[in-house]
Amino acid sequence: MARAVSTRTKAIWTVAAWIVALIIFFPILYTIITSLKSEQEAIAGFNLIPSFTLESYGEVQSQQNYFKFFMNSVIIAVGSTAIGVLIAVPAAWSMAFAPTKKTKDILMWMLSTKMMPAAAVLVPFYLLFRDFGLLDSRAGLTIMLMMINLPIVVWMLYTYFREIPGEILEAARMDGASLWGEIWHVLMPMAVPGIASTMLLNIILAWNEAFWTIRLTTTEAAPLTAFIASFSSPQGLFWAKLSAASTLAIAPILIMGWFSQKQLVRGLTFGAVK
Amino acid sequence: MATQNTRSIARFMMAPSVILLLIWMIVPLAMTLWFSFQNYNLLDPTNVSFGGLFNYRYFLTDPAFLTSIVNTLLLVVGVLIITVIGGILIALLIDQPIFGQGIVRILVISPFFVMPPVAALVWKNMIMHPGYGVFADISRFFGLQPVDWFAQFPLLSIIIIVAWQWLPFATLILLTALQSLDGEQKEAAEMDGANFLSRFWYLTLPHMSRAITVVILIQTIFLLGVYAEILVTTNGGPGYASTNLPFLIYRTALLGYDVGGASAGGVIAIILANIVAFFLMRAVGKNLDK
Repeated sequence: MARAVSTRTKAIWTVAAWIVALIIFFPILYTIITSLKSEQEAIAGFNLIPSFTLESYGEVQSQQNYFKFFMNSVIIAVGSTAIGVLIAVPAAWSMAFAPTKKTKDILMWMLSTKMMPAAAVLVPFYLLFRDFGLLDSRAGLTIMLMMINLPIVVWMLYTYFREIPGEILEAARMDGASLWGEIWHVLMPMAVPGIASTMLLNIILAWNEAFWTIRLTTTEAAPLTAFIASFSSPQGLFWAKLSAASTLAIAPILIMGWFSQKQLVRGLTFGAVK
Repeated sequence: MATQNTRSIARFMMAPSVILLLIWMIVPLAMTLWFSFQNYNLLDPTNVSFGGLFNYRYFLTDPAFLTSIVNTLLLVVGVLIITVIGGILIALLIDQPIFGQGIVRILVISPFFVMPPVAALVWKNMIMHPGYGVFADISRFFGLQPVDWFAQFPLLSIIIIVAWQWLPFATLILLTALQSLDGEQKEAAEMDGANFLSRFWYLTLPHMSRAITVVILIQTIFLLGVYAEILVTTNGGPGYASTNLPFLIYRTALLGYDVGGASAGGVIAIILANIVAFFLMRAVGKNLDK
């Protein structure tokens, strides 16, 4: 029996929900609006209608070379994700399909490595990176982000792989498929959606990581997190420029995020909430 | 049938992840522990000596340490209270029959995808700025004196910003839990004449308790490490008013060049995190057995 909801009740709930949603979204909305204003307009008091000038976007690129930071973010986020998945897929596969008594312990141990506070190991990593010449290098940062997200990648892949019915593999084995044939022709097609979701979430996490990306870079390898952080000491009128840089920095990931809501819940709760 | 062969292949496939993580964890951990017993300053790197417990005594008796511990706890607890209660309320609201639920959901979760420096600087300059922020505009509209948030309430300002970032996460997880609640049970309770409050208290809340636990534990891990939001807004100040433990370690290490002192702080941070981790592992571990 479906619940009968009067249009009136529905309208009241709708208005309430939209008001709350718009308040929460407001800082993002206002940033986008301000990015389309001139600097004078931006500080001229509350105004939701900008003059739709792209002046600030142009300045962020011409004065601060925005594109360089953007490319660093792309390289580091995509690179760390790709390497991480390559390393994690075999591990997650064997944990899901050939579990031993130790599998659970290994998974829990991997999870526990995520709990090491970054600041606590800042000194050793800073010194190691300095001695290996990895400070302010894209390679160093890619390795760092790959490693800090590796436990989440293994976990997510594991929870996805576990849902693939084992009987299918048994059947393939009966048909004489080799182990690699099994992986490529049977497992992979079924695992691709899970791998894609894992990669999506990992790119989001890597893109937004704001401890190591700020501390281990100065100029050459600095991604968008470090670039935006440089706006913390204001120089003259910078409201519209800050808004333009911020909008550009969050837009791609915001859109990716909208597509990954479900995976987000799963990935960040280590499968505890689905 | 797991043969000996499959098993060794499985071990071989797991090896890269396990070995890399092991190295990545043990080497810095051992270094932190080692440095914490050394007198080691980066300004005088040739003069390193064994310092015993000196660094711990120095760090623990530093007045900034106590302040930073209190700030760390206030930040974690403050954000948890706002996000859990706010998250439950918003999840209940979105779960109602409404028009455009998909878009409302998207708007509500968006802050989670905003990188910390952007979130903090947008709030600092566009919303809370005493001259040009939206809050100041509102104050002036009502004829009130605008509040200089980061000078008067530095820690509270950071709590508000971080809560805004994490509210979507709590909402999304609690909403997921809410939507898995059996509709028939709800209807049965409604038919029995249970009102909204008692339905919430006896049916919905117990159903969500697991999700609430998970939200609290996972957020705590991340909230213990809040850093960028402080760096770009107050830089830990005024004085130490908004310095938390990670920020104090960063100050000691990279601004004070004190490797030994920062390492002692690091060991203390690891101990704190482990206490939290212990409870999280138990909660997640239970789920694995299911």
